Amino acid sequence: MNTMHIADMTVSGVNFTADLSGALYWADERLLVVSDLHLEKGSSFATRGVLLPPHDTTETLARLDAVIARYQPHAVIALGDSFHDREAHDRLTAAHRATLATLQTGRDWIWIVGNHDPDLPRDLGGSVASDVGIGPVVFRHEPTGAAGEIAGHLHPKARVSRRGRSVERRCFASDGERAIMPAFGAYTGGLSIRDLAFAAIFKSLEFTAHVLGDNRMHAIAAARCY
Amino acid sequence: MTLDHGGGKAYLWAVPPPNLDSSTAPLPDIFSRWFARRGWSPRAHQLALLAKARADRSALLIAPTGAGKTLAGFLPTLVELGGASPKARTSGLHTLYISPLKALAVDIARNLETPVAEMGLPIRIETRTGDTPASRRQRQRRYPPDIMLTTPEQLALLLASDDAPYLFASLKRIVLDELHALVTSKRGDLLSLGLSRLWTIAPQVRAIGLSATVAEPESLARFLVPQVVSPPPAKRRGGVGGGGLFNEDSAGDRHAASPHTRPLPATQEPGRRGEAAATEDNNSAIADIVVAGGAAAPVVEMLDTRERLPWAGHSARHALGEIYDLIKRNKTTLVFVNTRSQAEMLFQDLWRINDDNLAIALHHGSLDVGQRRKVEDAMTAGKLRGVVCTSSLDLGVDWGDVDLVVNVGAPKGSSRLMQRIGRANHRLDEASRAVLVPANRFEVLECHVAIDAVNENAQDTPPLRSGALDVLAQHVLGRACGEPFLADELYAEVKTAAPYAELSRADFDDVVDFVATGGYALKSYERFARIKQDKLGRWRVANPKVRQTYRLNVGTIVEESMLKVRLVRSRRGGSGATGTIARGGRMLGQIEEYFIEGLVVGDTFVFGGEIVRYEALVEDEVYVSRANDADAKVPSYMGGKFPLSTYLAERVRVLLADQRAWKGLPDQVREWLSLQSYRSRVPGAREMVVETFPRADKHYLVCYPFEGRLAHQTLGMLLTRRLERARVRPLGFVANEYALAVWGLGDMSAMIRQGRLNLDTLFDPDMLGDDLEAWLAESALMKRTFRNCAIISGLIPHRFTGEEKSRRQVLFSTDLVYDVLRKHQPDHVLLRAARADAATGLLDLRRLSDMLTRIAGRITHKELDRISPLAVPVMLEIGREAVYGEASDELLAEAAEDLVREATGT
Repeated sequence: MNTMHIADMTVSGVNFTADLSGALYWADERLLVVSDLHLEKGSSFATRGVLLPPHDTTETLARLDAVIARYQPHAVIALGDSFHDREAHDRLTAAHRATLATLQTGRDWIWIVGNHDPDLPRDLGGSVASDVGIGPVVFRHEPTGAAGEIAGHLHPKARVSRRGRSVERRCFASDGERAIMPAFGAYTGGLSIRDLAFAAIFKSLEFTAHVLGDNRMHAIAAARCY
Repeated sequence: MTLDHGGGKAYLWAVPPPNLDSSTAPLPDIFSRWFARRGWSPRAHQLALLAKARADRSALLIAPTGAGKTLAGFLPTLVELGGASPKARTSGLHTLYISPLKALAVDIARNLETPVAEMGLPIRIETRTGDTPASRRQRQRRYPPDIMLTTPEQLALLLASDDAPYLFASLKRIVLDELHALVTSKRGDLLSLGLSRLWTIAPQVRAIGLSATVAEPESLARFLVPQVVSPPPAKRRGGVGGGGLFNEDSAGDRHAASPHTRPLPATQEPGRRGEAAATEDNNSAIADIVVAGGAAAPVVEMLDTRERLPWAGHSARHALGEIYDLIKRNKTTLVFVNTRSQAEMLFQDLWRINDDNLAIALHHGSLDVGQRRKVEDAMTAGKLRGVVCTSSLDLGVDWGDVDLVVNVGAPKGSSRLMQRIGRANHRLDEASRAVLVPANRFEVLECHVAIDAVNENAQDTPPLRSGALDVLAQHVLGRACGEPFLADELYAEVKTAAPYAELSRADFDDVVDFVATGGYALKSYERFARIKQDKLGRWRVANPKVRQTYRLNVGTIVEESMLKVRLVRSRRGGSGATGTIARGGRMLGQIEEYFIEGLVVGDTFVFGGEIVRYEALVEDEVYVSRANDADAKVPSYMGGKFPLSTYLAERVRVLLADQRAWKGLPDQVREWLSLQSYRSRVPGAREMVVETFPRADKHYLVCYPFEGRLAHQTLGMLLTRRLERARVRPLGFVANEYALAVWGLGDMSAMIRQGRLNLDTLFDPDMLGDDLEAWLAESALMKRTFRNCAIISGLIPHRFTGEEKSRRQVLFSTDLVYDVLRKHQPDHVLLRAARADAATGLLDLRRLSDMLTRIAGRITHKELDRISPLAVPVMLEIGREAVYGEASDELLAEAAEDLVREATGT
């Protein structure tokens, strides 16, 4: 695997691999984590009259398929907001359900509940939990700022400006004790890591943005981003 | 705005000594007496339009500024409404006037009141704009005025209602002002669709178009009449058109005006492209054309500067003193520049040397509206000596006493230049005077050929657009908001609009499908449809909310995301934002969001005529403070909106190729070109010269396509991809209007010499195949183009019903939609619309394609040991211009390096 596609990221002494796709991999546990898939966000907008292309679920699942194929994890955690709204799973097509089932075959699959999908039905396969603790690390959807916490929810993105040009991309945000994962879904936007919400979690600007570039990862000090 | 112009409204109604043609129809007495009382007499073209109206013809009037165009347009209406006894008159809306500018509509309304009042005509005139209060809008629907003055967007809104047939059934005349400006954009498409609807509702209506001189008046004249649809639609009277008061007349031929019967007015002077390519088949109905003659030819010269002519740049700072002298020597001077930042810079520089304290003002589209109105009022009142302005003043309210136009920088196109020069021409019989001030040596060439073009009255306005599918989508939704429609009928109706005359049924059906359910391959949105068919197959809007959203989002002008700029006191550190506002920060205007995104706190730039420091971004406001720096750190020259016209580019190439013609050029420029032919080669009229040379530790390739910076930027993108594959290891490129420079680590001279790099292959038109596809997938310009289509088509509303939420909360990123759609449904109608835009818009693909075809087999390579004189200007842009390239990883890597440096303490 091309090492440009990944970056090392440590949380509470555990070494993770931050992948260019936006997924997080824990090699020792063969655990893959993805956050904020927001499946069926397109059709969710459609119910309100904004007819976004309905291909987002297909696209997000294809990305998930690709990263699972690369890492062959024993377990997958979907870190909350996997579905954009409470009815979103009802709108999955049979083909989407089949894809999900294939992805789940032969591995543990844990749906962490999020604010968009607090009640997940049983028929989606895998198990449902509010949080999962493994060793010194706990996985939950909404960050609390606790040490050892890996969360999603905020959709971090970072912007860098140079000589009148700027680039804005999704990123992992981490200070070594806690981390916030980028949103994985095809239709997920982002919140600047300079937003107050991040200050509440990290208590200072002493954290790093692991930015998902076009072809490689970049570690950039949060203080240098917008 | 005050209307005290000293000489009354002379500019609007002005007439020179009588030049009455005895054959023209006489005016009713009341009008003749009014003219006589004023000491005026009607002009030939004004009477000609009246005659056209009496003959029940639609007509296009081509006339320069100051020719009394507006009166000509309204004369038929005034005579019809004023001549008939009140009893004989049918009630209802008689004339609809449509202007591209709200301010113009308001101004014209005021000016119409004068003759109407003085002749005591029983005519009610009202404007309808975005500012019209809701109560009056309602009243206007129930009791329409005789004459309504409005904009294309307001017309669309009026048509998108159940009572449109009631409101418009009585319509007799449509007057379209500044038509040449309207038809070049999607607003023109929207207007044409509005006309197509009016032709159905009011078949008796006749149009008068008012236009500046254009290259192809015939295509403009087609815009004014319904294009023939064959076979003709079956039931013209059915449903929608019913209930009109003039339906008896509709048996008459709406398509009567044919090219064969088009009388050529005596005064017609054909443009450069010569006469009429009026097609002989029946698919092209055309309005009569009336050309106003008698305008004095403008006097245009190039500033013969005493200073050294710059090699590059757009500031024209070298000529500052001379521009100031021009303002000083004349009563009122309009100083046109091409971009907002040029205007800012020049304005600031002029005030720096303004020892005489001349009243010089600034006017551009990003300034606060109140600020702009103030300048316009001062100008009207004759209080200003000079106004530095951008295309924001290309159109609009006429100001009497401008006696000189100065055009700083590249003229870009000859028609464009002539229209600007015309702003000085308030009296037809006086020659307009203009001085062109080139800002660099290439611009000298451009100014030189532009003056020749003006002297020959050669026009280079673009050909009529073909109608955009995103605008059609908006129209279809608008139609469904009014009376329900049958697809067959709407298709026939839409094809009567000239820009949509060639619309295929398949495209139309795709658009209807898009409006209904998004037009996706997955048919999962049936239950969310915005428009639905009833039992009779008629489409109607699915629920009232769709109608509301349509009404809020009508229009085709997608503003760049703008942020307000507020001047605050410098506050280094601390973030007490609200406190600063309380201290009374003044609003300076608006700035593009993408520009601010490129800044870091502390960067300085020019805005509102001064150098300001970027302090903070608070919600949608940019806080800036006064900076004491002499120069702004971040250049904000983003290039003009309009590229050099193909026509002027061609003339520049011809000028370059003909050494004998150089004697008309300033010495400095002639010497520069002579040195180029000695050191390298001056490009021939049809060839393209490619130079390669080393400089410092890099290798450069410079070529001279002369196709405008947009096409060059696209070429640069595609070339670097190819050079990458050829292992040249390109690092970047920079483009200007004339040339493109690419640099890299590989020795391109050696590679060409050894046959490892073939220029014919490198510039092969096949780059518009796979390379283009690959680039479009990630191009930020393409994404911007797509965003416009997504908004105009109504896919992504930009204004929402209910309480106005912050834009940031509700806007869905169209970039994400683009990525997903491109991958999963590459032939979607919106992607097709975006591609059509890319051909002529930000990517200028059509021009690039024409150029590649033109130079095929005509590339001359010069291997040089150093930079050539001709290459200097574009090479100087490096560092001054943002180096173009979309390699985001490099930028991110640089920022990451900072962290490394910090960590290692280096």
